[in-house]
Parts: sequence; C-alpha cells; structure tokens
Amino acid sequence: MAASPSLTAKPMPEQRWLGRPVERVEDATLLTGSGYFTDDLPVRAGTLHAAILRSPHAHAEILSIDTSKAAARPGVVVVLTGSDIKADTDPFIIVLRQPMDQWSLATDRVRFVGEAVAVVVAENRYLAEDAVDDIRVEYRKLPAVIDPLRAIEKDAPLVHPKVGSNVPSERHFTYGDPDRRFSEVDQVVSLTVNYPRNSQTPLEGYVVVADYQPGEGVYDVLCNFQGPFTVHPVMSKALRCQGAQLRIRTPAYSGGGFGVKQAIFPYVVLMCVASRRTRRPVKWVEDRFEHLAAAIAAPNRIIHAQAAVKKDGTVTALRFEQIDDYGAYLRPPMPGPLYRQHGIMTGAYGVKDMSITNKLVMTNKTPSGMVRGFGGPQIYYAIERLMQRVAVELGLDPLDVIRKNLIPAGSFPYRAPAGALIDSGDYQTGTALAERDGGLAELRRKRDEARAAGRLYGIGFAAVVEPAQSNMGYLSTIVPVEERRKAGPKGGNVAYATVHVDCLGTVSVTADSLPQGQGHATILSQIVAEQLGLDPHDIRCNMERDTQRDPWSIATGNYSSRFSSSTAVAAQMAAIKIRRKLSEIASQTLNVPAEQVAFGNGKIFAKDNPDNSIRFSRVAGTAHWSPGELPTGMAPGISETASYSAPELEPPNDADQINTSLTYGFVFDYCGVEVDRDTGAVRIDKYVTMHDAGRILNPLIAEGQIYGSFGWGVGCALLEEFVYSPDGSFLSGTFADYLCPTSCEVPRPVILHMECPSPFTPLGAKGLAEGNVMSTPVCIANAVADALGARDVKLPLTPSRVKALMGETERPPRAARPVSSLKAPKAGAKATAGSGTLTVPVAPEVVWRALFDPTILKRTIPGCHNLDLVAPNSYRADVSLGVGIIKGRFAARVALSDLDPPRAATLSGGLEGALGITVGSARVRLAPQGAGTLIEYEYNAEISGKAAAVGGRMLDGATKVLINQFFQRLIAEMTGGAAPAGEGKQSWWRRLLNALGLGT
Amino acid sequence: MLELKEGQRHPITMTLDGQEVRGLTEPRMLLSDFLRQELGRPEVHVGCEHGVCGVCTVLIDGKPARSCLTFAVQAAGRRVDTIRSLADKDGKLNDLQSAFRRHHALQCGYCTPGILLSAEAFLRENARPSEQEVREMLSGHICRCTGYVGMVDAILETAQQRASAGTP
Repeated sequence: MAASPSLTAKPMPEQRWLGRPVERVEDATLLTGSGYFTDDLPVRAGTLHAAILRSPHAHAEILSIDTSKAAARPGVVVVLTGSDIKADTDPFIIVLRQPMDQWSLATDRVRFVGEAVAVVVAENRYLAEDAVDDIRVEYRKLPAVIDPLRAIEKDAPLVHPKVGSNVPSERHFTYGDPDRRFSEVDQVVSLTVNYPRNSQTPLEGYVVVADYQPGEGVYDVLCNFQGPFTVHPVMSKALRCQGAQLRIRTPAYSGGGFGVKQAIFPYVVLMCVASRRTRRPVKWVEDRFEHLAAAIAAPNRIIHAQAAVKKDGTVTALRFEQIDDYGAYLRPPMPGPLYRQHGIMTGAYGVKDMSITNKLVMTNKTPSGMVRGFGGPQIYYAIERLMQRVAVELGLDPLDVIRKNLIPAGSFPYRAPAGALIDSGDYQTGTALAERDGGLAELRRKRDEARAAGRLYGIGFAAVVEPAQSNMGYLSTIVPVEERRKAGPKGGNVAYATVHVDCLGTVSVTADSLPQGQGHATILSQIVAEQLGLDPHDIRCNMERDTQRDPWSIATGNYSSRFSSSTAVAAQMAAIKIRRKLSEIASQTLNVPAEQVAFGNGKIFAKDNPDNSIRFSRVAGTAHWSPGELPTGMAPGISETASYSAPELEPPNDADQINTSLTYGFVFDYCGVEVDRDTGAVRIDKYVTMHDAGRILNPLIAEGQIYGSFGWGVGCALLEEFVYSPDGSFLSGTFADYLCPTSCEVPRPVILHMECPSPFTPLGAKGLAEGNVMSTPVCIANAVADALGARDVKLPLTPSRVKALMGETERPPRAARPVSSLKAPKAGAKATAGSGTLTVPVAPEVVWRALFDPTILKRTIPGCHNLDLVAPNSYRADVSLGVGIIKGRFAARVALSDLDPPRAATLSGGLEGALGITVGSARVRLAPQGAGTLIEYEYNAEISGKAAAVGGRMLDGATKVLINQFFQRLIAEMTGGAAPAGEGKQSWWRRLLNALGLGT
Repeated sequence: MLELKEGQRHPITMTLDGQEVRGLTEPRMLLSDFLRQELGRPEVHVGCEHGVCGVCTVLIDGKPARSCLTFAVQAAGRRVDTIRSLADKDGKLNDLQSAFRRHHALQCGYCTPGILLSAEAFLRENARPSEQEVREMLSGHICRCTGYVGMVDAILETAQQRASAGTP
C-alpha cells in the first residue's frame, strides 16, 4: 500500500472490486511452487515418523498382536496397538446414542479392510514402514456384510453386535398428506436408484504433525484439517483434555479438500497419543492406498422414490425411502448426508406433500464421510431420474414435466414442506434462458439426425436447488422432538473475520474459512479493498488458522459452500467497522462529517471535493502513534473482528421442519450424449449448465468452481466407484483402479448465469461450488437413459454397464476363470488363476529333487528370507513380495501333496501378511523332453486384503513374473546359470518387473 | 558405475535447476523423497506414488518423468529440472505461468508444478498444438479441482503467443 504508485494519483471515485474477474492473489505463490503444504512445513528437530498397519480383513476378531520384532528393529521408537489407545483415550463421541464405540486404532475387532490396527513410530518413514511388516497379528475371520440390502436382513452378520442390528437409526417423516394425494392421482411412478460410493480424493492426502507439550498438557497439532470444528470437542474429549489444550493449526495452502479432509480427526488423536508416549513430535503422511481404502467415501444410497402424478404431468406428492450406507463406523458428523438436504427434499419443485423414511445402515466398508455435495448427489439422482420417468411413463417431454412442477416465480422466499426457506430465485426464467442461450433446439435437431442415422443419442435434463451454508442444527433432525428438547436448540453458523491495519497503512485479513484452493484470499481482498479504497493485490490475507490464537466456533471451516454467505460477510462487516473508524479519524482533518468521507486510490477524501484528501496510511498511523488525537471515546489501535450468523438458520421445529441451509441457488442443466454401439462408451457431446448463484463476487473464480464441480460430476457419472468384492475385499486401492477423469474425459461445458441476489445475506451471494456435483451425474444418466430407452441406470456408466443396459454382457476376463483340475476359488473372493509351460535343460528327477530341498527352495523362492521344514513335505517361509505400490512381507505356508514322483505334485498353501491373504493351489507336471524337462503348471488363488485392491491385470502379470522368476532361479541353481527356454525372455521379464515396480 | 549396497547411503550428484548438487541416498530412496527430504525441495509434490497422477513430475534431461517411480540413484549425473526452473530468479512468472493465472488454470495448486513441467516439455516439441493434442498431453495428469478448462486455454494461448513471437 505505502509503496503503491497509485498513491500519487488523484483520488478517484470509489472503486467496485466485487463482481470483477480479479486474478487470484494466491497464484504467483502456487505457480512457482512456493505455496507450502502441510508436509512441506518445517517441523521441530527430532520429529519422528509414523506408519500404520491396516487390516487385511473386512471383518475379523483380533486374537493377538505381536509387536516385539517390530519394536526391536533399529530406529523404531514405539509400536502402539489398540490396547494402548484404549488406555490413553476415550472412544469418539458419535451422533447417536448407540453402543458403537470406536477409537483411533481397532481394539478387539476390525470392521473394514484398511482399518488402522497398529502404528509404528520411528526415526524416519522408511524405517517405520519396514517395521510395520514385522508386526504379527492373529485374526479370526468373521462373516462380512457388504450389501446394505443384505445388512438390513434379520439374520445378517452384525457389524456392531451390541447394537443388535445393522440399522442404528430409522426415522419417518410426513409433511402434508401424501397418502391422500397418492390415492387421488391418475398414476404413481416408482423408481429405485442405487447411488455408488465415491469420493473426490484430493491429491494431497492427510498430514498430521502432533507435538505434546507436557508443561501445560497441550497437544500442538499442525494438520490439513478443513473443518467444521464440530469435531474439535470430539478430539479433545477423546484425548481427555480441555478444548484449549488441543491446539489445531491449519496451513495456508491445502492440496484439495472437497469435504474429505474433515475425517483426518482420528489420526490427529492417534498422533497426539504417539507424541505423548514418545515425548517427541510425531508426523504422519497418508499414502494413496491408505487414502482410497480408509479415508472416507460418500455413502452409497438406495432410494425407493415414488411420485403421485396427474395425467398432465403435475406431481402432487413424493415418497422417499432411503437406505444410506455408512460403512463400518459412524464418524461425526455422520450421518450428515442423510439429513443435510432434509429441508429441500422436494428439490426445485412446488410439491407440498411428502413422506421420507431414513434408514441408516452399517456394513463392513470404509466409514462414510463428508464429500462435496454431501447427500445432494444421492437425492437429486433419485428426484431427477424420477422426473425423467414421469415424462417417459406419461409420454410427455421431460422439460415440460420439469417446468410444470417448478416452484412458481414470484413465490420467494418460499418455504418448502420439509422446512427449507428458499431465499430467492426465478426458475422459469432460468430454464428459458438455458433453453435459448444454450441452444436446446439445435441439440434436439442433432438428436433427431443422429437417431435417423441409427446412432444412439440422448438428451438429459436436471434441475437442482443448490443449498449453501449449512445450518449447524440440521443433524439434530435425526433425533425425535422430545430428545431435541432435552438437548437444547441447535442452529446457526458462526463466522469470524479480522481486518487489521498496521502503522504504515498496510491492511491484513485473517478469516475462519480454511480454504483448499477456492481463492478465498482473493475474494476477501476484493471485499476489503472495496470498502477501504485500496487495490486487492495490496491486501495481505493469511489463511492459516490456530485455535489458540484465532477466534473459532464449531462452524469454522470450509464446507457446504459456506464461504461467500458467511466468512465473506464477516469480512465485509469487519472492513466496514474499519472504514467507519478511519472515516471518523479523517473527518477531523478533512473538516467534513464522517458520512461525507470517501475512500479511493489509497486516499481518504471528502466525497464532494476529492482534492480535500489525506493519505490512507497517514490516517491509519494516527490510530497507532497518537491514540490521544483520536475522536473522544474511540478505542485505540485499528484492528476489528466481526462475527456473523444468519437469523434464518433456526433450529428444527416440532413438526420436524428444518431450514437446512441459508441460501439456495438454482442449477438447470441439459446435455446431449452419444453411446458407442460397439464399445458402450458414453461421449458427452454437449453440456449446458445454467446457474443462479445470486450475486457473483468474482466471475473468474465462480466459473472455476463450476468447471471443477462439473469435472467431478463427470467422474461420478462415468468412472468413479469404490468397489468391494462380496467378501469385503477392497478392489479400488490405486488410481489405476479408482479412475479419476482426465482432460480427455471432461468436456468444456457451456456455463450460463442469472443473478437473483439472496435477500438474507449482505453480499447477496449464494453458493455455486456444489451444484454440478448434484446435477451433472443425473443429467448424464438421464441422457443415457434417453439414448438407450433404459430405466434402471446405475452409475458409474462404465462401458460394461452400458453394454449391459443394451442387453449385452461382457465376457469375464480370461484369467479370472478357474483352472479346471483345481478347486475353484470361493465365490465372492478376488481370484487370480493361470497356467504356463517352461522347458529346462535338466532331467525331471533333478527338478523333482530340487522342489523338495529346503536349502535350494530358500535360495530360489523370490524374496525368501527364511524357510523351515515344519512337517514332511510342508514348509513355512518368510518372504517379501510386491505388486506395484503394494509391497510387504508375508508368512508363507506350502505343503506338497498328491505326489507322483518325478511326474507331478500339488502345491497348496497361502501367504499371510499385513498386505493381505492369499490362499491357493498349483499343480505342477514334469515330463521328459529330450535331455531336459517340460514343466507345466496351473494355479488358482484367492486374494483378500490390501493386495486385492490392485487391479486384476497387474496381479495376473505379477504372479506370472514371480513364477517365472522362481523357475529361472531353480534352473540357475541346478545348471550353474543357464537361462530357461520357454515363455518369457529375460529382457521381457526385466521390462515387466520394472513396469510393476518389482525390480529385484 | 556406482556400486549400490542395501541399507547404505551413497553420494550422488545431479544438475538440479542448473546447479550441481550433491546428496546422500540409500539405493531404495525415491527421487521424489530425495528431492524433498535430502535436497530441501518441497515444491516437488507427491500424489499417488504409483505413477498415475503425475503430481511428482520433474524433467530428467529435459523429458518429463515421474519422480515417484524413479530411484534417486537413477538420476545420478543427470539434469533434473523442477518448477523452480520456470520463473526467473526474482520469482517473475514466465509466459506459461502467467497464462495459468489469467485463465484460472489452478485452484489448490498441488498438481500445478508437475503440469507446468509437462506442458513446457510438450510446447518445446509441439509449437502449434491442437486442443486435442493438448488434452492428450494433459491426460497424463490428474487434477481434481479445475475440470482442466483453464489449463487447456492457457497452454493453447501460450503456444500461439510463442509461435507468433517466433520463440518456441
């Protein structure tokens, strides 16, 4: 500011910064790589590093854990297990009063693949990971339940036996008289949808550095937590400390959040315990497998939806029965996604009568958590698929059905039956604008032409009300009225911001929004610059937060698109306080009343006579240097904090109505897709998205949020799903298995805007960063349904699913077929199978002898550290194996049976380790071939645990490589180095080994 | 030729952003970890450690490479360039970085260094790329925030400006 050349310029009329595409103040830092993320920040000397052992089973009792070998390794400081955690912490508080205790490590049983079982703390991460492989856990496998429909059956295995059921909460809600409406109408349209588990998976995983300071019993924690701070008391109570003894510091830069970084909290507690036990700071950086397997997922949800419909397409009532799958534990604020949209379950429609049944289901999957959209993608998938079905079943145009039912223009603020107070909007104008400016008529022509040419082309629509800034009382809707009365009313959403002016007139801002890339600093700069007549790039925003130094509330954080209607408002209020103060100080010098003072170009001046001016920095200096000169009664210094919570965010009422959000934007989308008849691939030909987000504060950032939200929407529609096999093995543990959309899958959408400012927030801004996450998946699904004439469309629409909708099923991959002569793998488990031949230049008898010689086997089994004969023809070995990123140590058991010397033998047994469990058998046949031997083998194996998360092709390839490696070494052992003839040349092996990260 | 021993730290040298640097590394240490932990270069980010996301991309002898799939010892004696090689020493953004800012091609910025390096290497070999070619190059990277639109525009605009200025 002081150095700004604009200071010498003549004062200008006040400049408007809001609404302009101001380039981001964050970018110069990030573009040069100097925006430091949590793992990049300095830590105290002596900081230790943690690595976590995770469960390979979906459901098992922990019988014993032997950490002695791991603890004895060089560099290992401590190994903690569930019993340590149980001794040092209390279970996490949960939203329901149900016996579902959970700690930061599993105690007596594991309930999902990837659940943390033990933590090793060592001098560095490499040493910690080495030691993880040396922990021995004895499990007793229990039947797992994965499918939520199976979980709600009476005889299903129980995830939490003390609850007595897998449904710890069920509530029924009725608004108006839906039964009557359903009995009156011409037709009832029904549909069941099944929304998949997915997550936006930020590219930076969780990072925690915990430093216990024994003097005052303070846990000083640096972590990339994103709020809301409703879990701060959950953590401090678990740690049995005061709130102020748990100091949470969050960084200025975070590598994406999307809700997911809320669920870091169990690890915060775990590392706090590790630091207290070791009296040293402990750092943990989550890896990608850990993130995909064990961070969180948006809940998969089954919704039975029904609409009562008149012949003309008017929907008079809705019924929803929701079965929402929370996985193995209910981590606060779960089951948020089931209630976050509660007030607005009628969507964009003026339906008055509705019933809702909410069932919360537990299964042996990763716990569910916060993900962008937060229940919206699930419910809009049901509502908008249902509207499309209404059109199809009544023979009407889908857009006509949408229009007929939209909330009428002119009825805002509009109270929806379940309680949402929709602040503003004009849905008719919005849809008309999108139809006209997006080129719907042209798109319809294109569809007709494509269809006439025999191609599969469809158009989909979606209308979505986009809620923003959650009412912190929404989750209390889950408990009945009487219980709510006892607990006291909950509502609101408190925001804080501080504006500070230093003695040279530089303005700095701090705020409680914990951004993860949304450009909050830029918008705060615009808001403050506009109030104080400065340039946004001269305002310094520090987006770090520290619970010991900054004001915070339970609502602090970055979620529910709250920024532009909460923290931004608090910043505006704080800037106005500063402006008033400076106006009063300046009015003394300018000799005009304070109301006549204006700000611009770094000067403070008389509104009617801009030449009568004083430098901004000079006025600010007065407050610092000459408090005695300030107007009578004015507080010295110049730093203002403002807090804000909108009065419209009332607690739920006795009729279970809840205004779940402060603002409600409108999104109307349509798209044209073409389905490839041969491959089943879905190509998005055109996508139009119209947004009413109220007043737009920065169009550049606004469009960026829409593009990003749309990009994830495309991923949800076409690619992304966390897949489990029926036995609970997790199959999506790498980015080669959990597919994120790339620049080749995400087209450029046409973005259109209209602005109906919110009357409830001083800036008039509503949310816009989550709408496409709700609208895009169902819009694409509706287009595919239209292209194929399909009814039951399940996401993601992978080519094989689309082919199935077209009535064709894909053949299963060859390698997964069991080999005939061996026992088939158990149904539900991940299987790998194969066969092969090799010729070796020694006689069958020599090969046979080698197979029974422990010393030779020890030298030839790849990665074998140790091998003992435990019984005749039965071995136990300790081996290191790896596939891609999944590498680890296993205990192997192998028994030789069905012996037919020297012609054939069956090898059976398994591998067991932190990475998973493999059980299988192989038949090996030896036949003389010239002077040598032809070896034929076939094998079947079932794989569970972490290793199952690796894609099938990778696993099959790696298995083959290992078998070849074994025989190659065996031959080298017998012949003194001759290479085998047969499939696979050495160079090919090397290449594949390298490609798989298996370099020896 | 360096003879490597498990568990031992070996001295290696490389030319990092134009300067010769030395460090000690175990044979198993990844180049990404070596740059971050041994050479104090946290601007090399890590996203998946299995070669899919592209976050950790650096240039090795001018070619984009996943530093998470490269052992530090493999980069011994070679030229390694990171995001620091783009802006000038006062931190002034180069034309591509400025275009990223103008087109709002980044949000959280975690994937950005790797993408900028791939894009620079790509533009050196493709002076007048089509949008499809830019998209295919970018498909080696995952960005979860932006939907890629701003990046595509920034790269195309930079290509056009460099072509018309005659400085590919």
